[in-house]
Amino acid sequence: MRQVAAKIAQAIMLILAVIILNFFLIQIAPGDVVDALAGGPDGAGEASAEVNERLRETYGLDKPVLVQLGIYIGNVARGDLGESFIFNRPVTELIGARIWPTILLAFTALAFAILLGTFIGTVAARKPESPFSAGITVFALIGFAMPAFWTGILLLLLFSVQLDWLPVSGMNDVRLPRDAGWLERQIDTAEHLLLPAVSLGIIYLASYARLSRASMLEILESDYVRTARSKGLGERSVMFKHALRNGIIPIITVMGLQFGAVVSGAILVETVFAWPGIGRLAFDSVNRRDTNVLLGILLMLSVTVIIANLLTDLLYRVADPRIRVGGEDRG
Amino acid sequence: MRSRRWLKAFVLLFTVSLIAAACGDSDDGDTTAATDAPATTLEEGQTGTTSFVSTTVAESEATTTTEAEPEPEEMSTAHLLRPNNVPTEAQRGGTIVLGYAGVINHANGAVSSGYAVNTAGSQVNASLLRWSDEYQPVPYIASEWAIAADGLSVSLTLNPEARFHDGEDITCTDVDFSIKTSQANHPFKPMFAPVTGVDGGDTKNCTVNLEQPHPALLVAFSPGLLPIIPEHIFNDGQEMKTHPRNNTDVVGSGPFKIVEWETGEIIRYEANDDFFLPDLPYLDELIIDMVPDGATVTLGLETGDFDIGTGHGGQDIVDAQNNPDLSVSSKGFEAIGSIPWLQLNLRDEILSDVRVRQALWHAFDFDEWNEIQNSGQHRRQCTGIQSQSPYYNPDAHCYEFDLEAAQALLDDAGYGDGFELNFHVTPAGVTTAEIMASQWAKIGVEVIIEVVPDFPAWIGRTVGEGTDYQVTYTSLWNWGDPVIGVNRSYNCNNRVAGVAFSNMSWYCNEGLDEILNAAGLEFDPELRRDLYFEATDIINADVPVIYLSNQVWYTRMATHVENPPESIWGFMDSWAEMWIAS
Repeated sequence: MRQVAAKIAQAIMLILAVIILNFFLIQIAPGDVVDALAGGPDGAGEASAEVNERLRETYGLDKPVLVQLGIYIGNVARGDLGESFIFNRPVTELIGARIWPTILLAFTALAFAILLGTFIGTVAARKPESPFSAGITVFALIGFAMPAFWTGILLLLLFSVQLDWLPVSGMNDVRLPRDAGWLERQIDTAEHLLLPAVSLGIIYLASYARLSRASMLEILESDYVRTARSKGLGERSVMFKHALRNGIIPIITVMGLQFGAVVSGAILVETVFAWPGIGRLAFDSVNRRDTNVLLGILLMLSVTVIIANLLTDLLYRVADPRIRVGGEDRG
Repeated sequence: MRSRRWLKAFVLLFTVSLIAAACGDSDDGDTTAATDAPATTLEEGQTGTTSFVSTTVAESEATTTTEAEPEPEEMSTAHLLRPNNVPTEAQRGGTIVLGYAGVINHANGAVSSGYAVNTAGSQVNASLLRWSDEYQPVPYIASEWAIAADGLSVSLTLNPEARFHDGEDITCTDVDFSIKTSQANHPFKPMFAPVTGVDGGDTKNCTVNLEQPHPALLVAFSPGLLPIIPEHIFNDGQEMKTHPRNNTDVVGSGPFKIVEWETGEIIRYEANDDFFLPDLPYLDELIIDMVPDGATVTLGLETGDFDIGTGHGGQDIVDAQNNPDLSVSSKGFEAIGSIPWLQLNLRDEILSDVRVRQALWHAFDFDEWNEIQNSGQHRRQCTGIQSQSPYYNPDAHCYEFDLEAAQALLDDAGYGDGFELNFHVTPAGVTTAEIMASQWAKIGVEVIIEVVPDFPAWIGRTVGEGTDYQVTYTSLWNWGDPVIGVNRSYNCNNRVAGVAFSNMSWYCNEGLDEILNAAGLEFDPELRRDLYFEATDIINADVPVIYLSNQVWYTRMATHVENPPESIWGFMDSWAEMWIAS
């Protein structure tokens, strides 16, 4: 219990450090945010010095940087991430609206990668010298080497442009009638989700396939597996009931560590597929220097990674009682 | 077992997708061919006129209907830009999807300039006037207008049916409030600077008072420059630039109402059934689908997800031209008048010598640049006034590509052995910078390209007194009238530190200022044109900038799109007359 409390305290300190670091990183970027607010490049607009000053005042950008930071930390502590300069809406509202599509995309991609990756890795481990197993290794290498956005573009060109099977962009067909039924909407979303999820998931699928293959190869050589086999248990039972339970531990570890990476990867994939998630919002915010939104997204990503790591720790203990017991002993 | 279930689910999903894709393009529309409505005499009267004539509708009708009493249906088309391309009753309706690369954050063009805001805004808001292809005013909220003989007031008669989406009448109070909002918030200060107020109160007979004659005023009444916004909604003391009603629960008076606005994703409009102009809009629904980049727009057009989108040249346009399902138009957007140019910093010691600036222009090979950068699709441009403008001088002096002349000028200036030149660009300008580096290397000028990441960073490096840039690449928009979009780049008093798109060259010629100021006050179109011609000659002799091209705005669209927004304001005009051919 003390260990968990210590980890939570550590996480809070980490979040504070992240807020300060992000704040200063954005501050040192060249140029003035007000220029982006007053007249963007698309408008070729010419803002007057008077309008610039008023905007600076409206958004509190006229105050010293340290004062701005203090105000920001105070607001974050109250759950207020500020207003978007571009959309004139609370950052929490914007992130709240975009988080679900990203979660849907990230979880679908992860589920696709973990389930399929673990399965084919496990199967490959049964006969490590087989062509199938060698193929998994090659596939993993290719999967690692292909950036998700590039895979996405290739899939788009094939399935959307050439074959015209799947939609190009978005999360829903904008032509879908507003009174369309629930099922029709879900099918439409699934259609739109397929390519982004596969693009994002394929790199991790390769990773999990390779990881589970290596892990299972080691476990299949262990004494207790040999014992299980000698007791006459079927191969399927040995593989999936006995070996996989231990083989999955490294996968859980990697899963927790990778969650942040998946969400970050989603930024590129969401941009390629115009998926209306956090990644798109981040892309638009970077382009328009919407610093409050950017800070909010960076904070959210940091918190997500920290929470994912905490959960991984906890899940680890559930999966492997030795860790739990060891921890208690040490505590 | 689990894997089999996943496989089944995948196959099922895939099958459903296939079925959906197969059914997606069904069209239940009527297949009757379009019937041309009779051409109106008003359009005939406008043809060939290329000046900003201040007139009233009554006058223009009087000049065009002298032989017979106007038919009622002819009268009803005075407000149309395309009266000879009207859909039949059966052809009305349907949905058009615009693929837009970028983010539209609000729809109130009274507080900010910009193509994005005003494309969205001109569908939900109406303006006092629209403009024909021949640069002639067309009635919109204002059904009649007249400029006083002394040029110090403009009287407007508002359409008696003109009302906002919430049913409130549009009155002079709204006109006054809209102009004041623009004066306080809009970046284009010259648009309404001479306006001292609008009389008329809650009536429909308004008088716009001016402190000096202002020929650009009628252009400033265009959609995209002055939407008439409801005073009863906005006059609540809140900051106008960040007013929540700019993008939430928007109340305008335009042909469409916004029924859905998902921030950064889509704006969905439905036809305003109570629109004050008869029989408009023709569409039932209009959707702006915001996507991250131009490539997604291109793909969406190719797959039919989008019906229409823009483009500025390059391979995308060539591909669209070769696609039988798409058509490409280079008409429209003329009033925007986008002119890419190389901005020279005249505070720099080397560039302060006019011979050096002239040499750099002589060493610019337009054909090569146009081929590489734009697939040959831009037009050559030699002045800061776009080529469709009534004030464009087609005979303006252009510095032909001539390396020998360039070298001679450099020799004369004492830079015959060449020099270094820094060139600041955002990523969008890198190709141009690289081409210029290659071209200017031929006269011994070594270009050092410095790429800045984005627009604010670029502003930081190129605007203001302390900036050390020598050359940069930018694009200036004319915005309908030289007073609004052209003078700002050359006026001595617009050398303002820290303000984007001011006189960034820090160029000053007091004689030129006098001419530009006189042109800004001159109502006589001939005299005004002569003044701008004279101004053009001075600017071209001084070379504060090197004009690269007249950027063509292309409209890519599905072949079923009729009456695309091809007016001088392009997409920033009302889309009420667009319809879908079955």
